[in-house]
Amino acid sequence: MTETPQSPENLPAGPGATPEPVQRGERTGMFGARDTGDTSGYGGLRTPILFPAAAVRPYGGDFDVIADAVEAAIPDGHVERIVVDRGELTFVVARENLAAVARALRDDPALRFELCLSVSGVHFPADAGKELHVVYHLMSLTNDGRRIRVEVTAPDADPHIPSVVDTYPAADWHERETWDMFGVIFDGHPALTRILMPDDWPGHPQRKDYPLGGIPVEYKGGTVPPPDQRRSYN
Amino acid sequence: MGIEEKLPAGFLLTTVEQVAGYMRKSSIWPATFGLACCAIEMMAVGTPDYDIARFGMERFSATPRQADLMIVAGRVSQKMAPVVRQVYDQMPEPKWVISMGVCASSGGMFNNYAIVQGVDHIIPVDVYLPGCPPRPQMLLNAILTLHDQIQHSKLGVNRVAAARAAEAAALAATPTHLMAPTHDHGERRSLLA
Repeated sequence: MTETPQSPENLPAGPGATPEPVQRGERTGMFGARDTGDTSGYGGLRTPILFPAAAVRPYGGDFDVIADAVEAAIPDGHVERIVVDRGELTFVVARENLAAVARALRDDPALRFELCLSVSGVHFPADAGKELHVVYHLMSLTNDGRRIRVEVTAPDADPHIPSVVDTYPAADWHERETWDMFGVIFDGHPALTRILMPDDWPGHPQRKDYPLGGIPVEYKGGTVPPPDQRRSYN
Repeated sequence: MGIEEKLPAGFLLTTVEQVAGYMRKSSIWPATFGLACCAIEMMAVGTPDYDIARFGMERFSATPRQADLMIVAGRVSQKMAPVVRQVYDQMPEPKWVISMGVCASSGGMFNNYAIVQGVDHIIPVDVYLPGCPPRPQMLLNAILTLHDQIQHSKLGVNRVAAARAAEAAALAATPTHLMAPTHDHGERRSLLA
């Protein structure tokens, strides 16, 4: 594989801020097609799947100030890992500590992350024991509009994560969406029901193992199978 | 329907058909109802640029109870399908459906679990309008096509006979994938077969 020039902001980690990223796999081609020719023009592409490693001090900019405040406000061991990646600061937290961490992030005078902007789900089937990730995007109105992320994981076999609705009421519908799309059960949520899919829908469509569906399309002189039988999205 | 459906076949019935067809096609009330980007083009048809008022259709009915044309403008999701069917059921007879755009007609680019692969799975369609989205002129053409259909629609015993003939023709038709290809796909065709 030859080195391809990349703009610095798209590199997985800022130089000096983090150790070498961890390679979790490799992607080939554009759609991972194996049985037919990849006509996308990216057939020879080999892309490593890189995950950022834990960051080392100094994180740079405001990040050290925020990290100091988090260390002061949150008991030792609640923050498992701090990741600085693509100019973003993420705190990885064990799910049993999430409620306490969220409350401290909102209420501590030095932190004051009053806004929960989004609750995102991610599904990593290859990440054994922590297949489901939930990322909370927080913003502080008091302290210069600082933004951080809090990441929590749960295994597929036990997809339970405590709800943060007690601390951030606006996370209500976000958690419903994350339940609907990924099947993460938020314990303590006031009414965890589907929000996008019909109420009687089976399964959670954004999970990687959810079939794309589709029907064969008939053209004059031939039938084209549905996309997920022509390509593999890996 | 009404007393016109009881007429015997012949000169009287065909005359009533022509009068009824002319009256019906001249006063169509579309349902106010759009599902996706095609609805933007449908709204454009309501502006003075394209002027749907020329056909007496400028008053999009806010209630399905007063509408007799459903323009399905956009992809129909599985979640929306029961709603579309309910709106259709609430429209009084006689009623017509234009499937506007490729998504409403066949699912279009959304060949997946979330989208109904053609609105004709849930309601009968009179005119299929291709395009992604169709230009306003194309919707006007679909409306003129529908006018022609309405003008020549049958009543009473003639209507039953026309429905039987249409069903027989559909049963005898060649399936699309067995029709001759319109052009050569080269080697790729054997891979997809």
